[in-house]
Amino acid sequence: MSRQTQKWQTQPKGAAVLCFVACMLIFCSCSQVSSHRPQRIVITGSSTVAPLVAEIGKRFEQLHPNVRIDVQTGGSSRGIADVRRGIADVGMVSREIAPQEIDGEVFSIALDGVGLITHRDNPLSELSQEQIVAIFSGQVRNWKEVGGFDGELVVVNKAAGRSTLDVFLQFFKLAPEQIRSDIVIGDNEQGIKTVAGNRNAIGYVSVGSAEHDIGLGVKIKLLPLNGVDPSAANIRNQSYGLARPLNLITRKSPHSLVREFIEFAQSSQVEAIVKEQNFVSIAD
Amino acid sequence: MFQSRTDSILSWILRGCAMTSGAIVVLIFGFMLIESWPAIHQIGWLRFLSDSAWNPTAQEPGQFNMLPMIVASILVSIGAITLATPLGIGSAIFVQYYSPRLVGGIYRNIIELMAGVPSVVYGLWGLVVLVPIIASWHPPGPSLLAGILILAMMILPTIALMTMAAFQNVPADYIRASAALGLSRTRTILSVVLPAAKSGLFTAVLIAMGRALGETMAVLMVTGNVVQLPSKMFDPVRTLTANMAMEMAYAMDVHRSSLFVSGLLLMGTVVGLVLTAELLSRRSRHAET
Repeated sequence: MSRQTQKWQTQPKGAAVLCFVACMLIFCSCSQVSSHRPQRIVITGSSTVAPLVAEIGKRFEQLHPNVRIDVQTGGSSRGIADVRRGIADVGMVSREIAPQEIDGEVFSIALDGVGLITHRDNPLSELSQEQIVAIFSGQVRNWKEVGGFDGELVVVNKAAGRSTLDVFLQFFKLAPEQIRSDIVIGDNEQGIKTVAGNRNAIGYVSVGSAEHDIGLGVKIKLLPLNGVDPSAANIRNQSYGLARPLNLITRKSPHSLVREFIEFAQSSQVEAIVKEQNFVSIAD
Repeated sequence: MFQSRTDSILSWILRGCAMTSGAIVVLIFGFMLIESWPAIHQIGWLRFLSDSAWNPTAQEPGQFNMLPMIVASILVSIGAITLATPLGIGSAIFVQYYSPRLVGGIYRNIIELMAGVPSVVYGLWGLVVLVPIIASWHPPGPSLLAGILILAMMILPTIALMTMAAFQNVPADYIRASAALGLSRTRTILSVVLPAAKSGLFTAVLIAMGRALGETMAVLMVTGNVVQLPSKMFDPVRTLTANMAMEMAYAMDVHRSSLFVSGLLLMGTVVGLVLTAELLSRRSRHAET
């Protein structure tokens, strides 16, 4: 019996020691942070731009050891709102920005095409702009009606708030409520998987992600638009129209460190990173 | 009762633990209320059910009808429960009373493994295997049916394992007595074991229902996410949870706040379910004594 109580007694002591050690650790780590105090740049916004900016940020941190780049996602609108409210230093916006939207400066760092995709086995190789409008607004319900095989059309649309959707709607002059969709998806990867698994599907995703997956053998294909292929060169010289700039925005006259970061992100030093992320660099 | 110093220290630590876990639930609920208040205040409860569509990002005034998503959540869960309950209870009966010891053990391990598979994996499997099969059968593929099938697979282990536990709690005396009366195995299970384990079975089904209602990623990947009242099994639907997961990252102001309202609705439903489970099991316990 006495042995047992002995055993019980040791446990709270052990716990107390553990607590003490944990407190010391927390205390130490806090003091360490405050003594160095690195400069931080907070960047929020588009989830399309975020991986690119995160990579650029890593490179920038290597060059400036005392700078921390904090990248958070939440959509282009969030990026604009955060910059306007002063929560973020830099906003990421993956579409054109109307002048009334932001009282500040806009810097493009790369371009991204939006491409229409179908299943690889779909024999149709081209659709005109009018046909695409008819498909997405539900006037056409069978592939036969646009010169394809006999099969029900499955329209894959993006969820509200995604800027690919905004770019698509703007280009085809459609209103959100006009679209009749069968499937609503979130990110590009989900869209590609959905179309790859459905012979009747048509959707639109970022050209970069589509090309990357086609390279891996995923069963989708990119359709040309008005006879123009969504290649990097065509997107850069604007002959392929369904494309968007990837922008960074700041308030008027940003802090010198922020300006330096943006200049770095626009420079030719990051060209390789832009290519690696399957975007089109603005510098050619 | 004898209390030593260590006992009282330990009991205070334990009290602290209990209080913290209790406080977390209260805090979450309070936080949800605060976050959803702007939407409730500006839009009002009624419009969440009576607006013409779900279009929260439209120019003023946005439209906030959540009814199709509430219906979708409930339909998907009920469908999954209807499929998974007989399968789960059946497999529990098999493992407990019919299977050879070795087979039963292996089967039990498989079910436990099934319970541990992350929901995204089920979703991914559904997206690349199940949905194309349904699509080739009846386009578009992502549908209420796909959601029901995936969810049924996910809650099946919950029901099976909890039912097995309920069977193990049936006093061995009952079964011996039934054997002494010369009842067959089938009769024993139907008339002795199942009635005795009834409250456990109810709890199993209701907890599985709660899990089905709350499941997000797997459902989001296979149901197509079109906001509409489904007219058949092959129609795509969007559940409340999928809506939150898809739009939360991009939502601001009233839109964001209205997503918290849907969270509140969901939480209310689950709390209701848990209370019902508690009530039912208490009543049947009363009936036994």
